[in-house]
Amino acid sequence: MKTVDLCDVKKIVQRYRDKKGVLIPLLQEIQSEYGFVPEESVNVISKELGIFPVEIYGILTFYAQFYLVPRGKYTIRVCQGTACYIMGGKEILDHISNKLGVEVDGTTNDGLFSLERVACLGCCGMGPVVVVGEDFHGRCTIQEGEKILEEYRVKGTE
Amino acid sequence: MTTKIFVCMGTSGISSGAEEVVRIFEQELEKHNVIDTCKIVRTGDRGLFRDVLVDIITPKLGRITYEYIKPENVPQIVEEHILGETPVKKFQAGEDYQQFFADQKRIVLSNCGEIDPENIEEYIASRGYDALKKIFAITPDQIIESVEKSGLKGRGGAGFSTGLKWKFCKNAQGNPKYIVCNADEGDPGAFMDRSILEGDPHSVIEGMIIAGYAIGATQGVVYCRAEYPLAIKRLNKAISQAKEKGFLGANILGNNFSFDITIAQGAGAFVCGEETALLASIEGRRGMPKPKPPFPAQQGLWGKPTVINNVETFANVRHIIMHGAEWFSSVGTQNSKGTKVFALAGKIKNTGLAEVPMGTTIRQLIYGPGGGMVRKKIGFKAVQMGGPSGGCLPESLLDIPIDYESLNRTGAIMGSGGIIIMDQKTCMVDVARYFLAFTVEESCGKCVPCRIGLKRMLEVLEEITAGRGKEEHLDFLQEMGESIKETALCGLGNTAPNPVLTTLKYFKDEYIAHIKEKKCPAGVCVDLLKFEVIQEKCVKCGQCYKVCPVGAVEWKKKEYAAINKEKCTKCKSCIMACEFGAIE
Ligand SMILES: Cc1cc2nc3c(=O)[nH]c(=O)nc-3n(C[C@H](O)[C@H](O)[C@H](O)COP(=O)(O)O)c2cc1C
Repeated sequence: MKTVDLCDVKKIVQRYRDKKGVLIPLLQEIQSEYGFVPEESVNVISKELGIFPVEIYGILTFYAQFYLVPRGKYTIRVCQGTACYIMGGKEILDHISNKLGVEVDGTTNDGLFSLERVACLGCCGMGPVVVVGEDFHGRCTIQEGEKILEEYRVKGTE
Repeated sequence: MTTKIFVCMGTSGISSGAEEVVRIFEQELEKHNVIDTCKIVRTGDRGLFRDVLVDIITPKLGRITYEYIKPENVPQIVEEHILGETPVKKFQAGEDYQQFFADQKRIVLSNCGEIDPENIEEYIASRGYDALKKIFAITPDQIIESVEKSGLKGRGGAGFSTGLKWKFCKNAQGNPKYIVCNADEGDPGAFMDRSILEGDPHSVIEGMIIAGYAIGATQGVVYCRAEYPLAIKRLNKAISQAKEKGFLGANILGNNFSFDITIAQGAGAFVCGEETALLASIEGRRGMPKPKPPFPAQQGLWGKPTVINNVETFANVRHIIMHGAEWFSSVGTQNSKGTKVFALAGKIKNTGLAEVPMGTTIRQLIYGPGGGMVRKKIGFKAVQMGGPSGGCLPESLLDIPIDYESLNRTGAIMGSGGIIIMDQKTCMVDVARYFLAFTVEESCGKCVPCRIGLKRMLEVLEEITAGRGKEEHLDFLQEMGESIKETALCGLGNTAPNPVLTTLKYFKDEYIAHIKEKKCPAGVCVDLLKFEVIQEKCVKCGQCYKVCPVGAVEWKKKEYAAINKEKCTKCKSCIMACEFGAIE
């Protein structure tokens, strides 16, 4: 694995010095910079802010939003809210997982797709919903799910 | 300006392509040289899912609503409606649209889909911040009394009196005090708070400022789930606009009262909707609930007295201040006052947000705004209310009024107002399993009943749906469910058994079919399905053939379908598509 350039982490951490309750927004900012929270950044935060690494990992593992490993180019999120679930969202998730050959939360070997389930996106009227990156695909079916994958596969390898 | 064009641009509008629709409108208006006499208003979502909704108001035609608008429809609308002054009939919203809004009473949602949420002037023009201007002429105690007398109860789930909560906090020892707005909205199937924040963020801000003045707080925090980026963006914008206008910040409107609001983002944990866990999360810790008392009103954020209310609760406040407690309490039932916003979804014709007076029956909601079932042939089976903390109710209970007390008696709850309509193709055992899988996943693990008890219940449900159920499982589920309700630490565990207990109560037959006959009557539980076509029921329509993603269905015109089991991946696309129950 290539080493991560930590300059930005240091810069970000400076802005959170001497404030209380900063750990979550700080980690969110680091994640939005790097796409995940690199292990090395935990040590930097720990040293700079005097917080034990165990406390930082406590946060990182408690909240579903944080990733400790890099993500694929496109994140596919399949909504598993109640409405999407009863409209067939589970079957779409299973099918995509099969097609990509990855489990939920996994990333394909080519680094193109990460697959996630999400509890509810609040678009229940459009269910079942599949989101790729920021793009919503409402009233999805398994067949459309396949088409969407193909589209992004082409786009991603261009 | 003679013509106004409203385009609904909340998350659902935008994800259906509203931005492109606006772009084409601008382009066309420019092309025809009428851009200077037309104003495009980007509103929040109005509550009904109709892909892109567009309203056009002209002096001659008044207001006309178009639904399901695609970018390619726009040139025709501009030419015929705006230039030619004749509405384009085929895009006009139909009867369903009218029916959706007919029986609603929109107080909290009154601005959603009607104003540009990113322009404070439009909020002000809708009498926004009038309530704030009014409070400086009365005392904090008078405000609290008014909110208490109005009968407003918290819309976040527990239904505690908002006025009383404020009073406890005001009287509590400790300084500073805090106002926290709970915008975590984690219940799958609930999206009213998101729509309010996206469509009318100032109404929430105004409610929070009034609450701050009433209890003597100078700092407010909105805790919003990270899955709602648009809501966060609009809220941020609204806060800075309110500051510029002097509604927020130091010495509000020249008075001796200062109040500020910041936003804290959630990080993906359902349990953080629980108030003590939420406060822990704002403080930068793992979101684990604490035993109560002490209540947040006594010891909340950073150990100081804190009022924590839901988005919709705050959005009601300005209306109470403006129109008075009597006005508010004239709507609703004896013990549940005002309106409630419900999120209708599932197998229903009109999905979206409907705001109705408390006391409306579930049936009125489903067959009024909801427009009834999507596929009439398949028929209603159950309504799920209150998300993972709520329950599934059968047809026979549809006539109970929606108020806190009546719902609690059934074993369901009001919760945040999510209502999912299920038809005969939804398996009640599987739904119970689904909710339990959710709560097991989201349990913070602090207390044993929730961490281990729910897991045991889930394992049993998985056995049943896999066809390995035993009769004694039913007693186990009942007993375990009841004891978790009694003993769990927080609301998550206290209510998590509800989906199981209510389905056991009202749909026991279905459990028994799974256990004794090894059958899933709804055709959902894969391990109990044979994936065979029942020729007596098959009408040879070929729907199953069309939807099969792996080409496992063999069918020719005027012939029965058949399923090739070698190719079949058991995805159930065919079963879901068949309207005749011909695949088992
Ligand atoms: C597991 C759990 C999740 C909750 N999620 C939410 C939520 O997403 N939004 C909310 O307003 N209240 C939620 N609540 C209720 C809050 O604890 C609290 O009662 C509420 O924010 C108080 O505001 P209100 O009186 O205005 O309803 C949740 C409670 C529990 C136990």
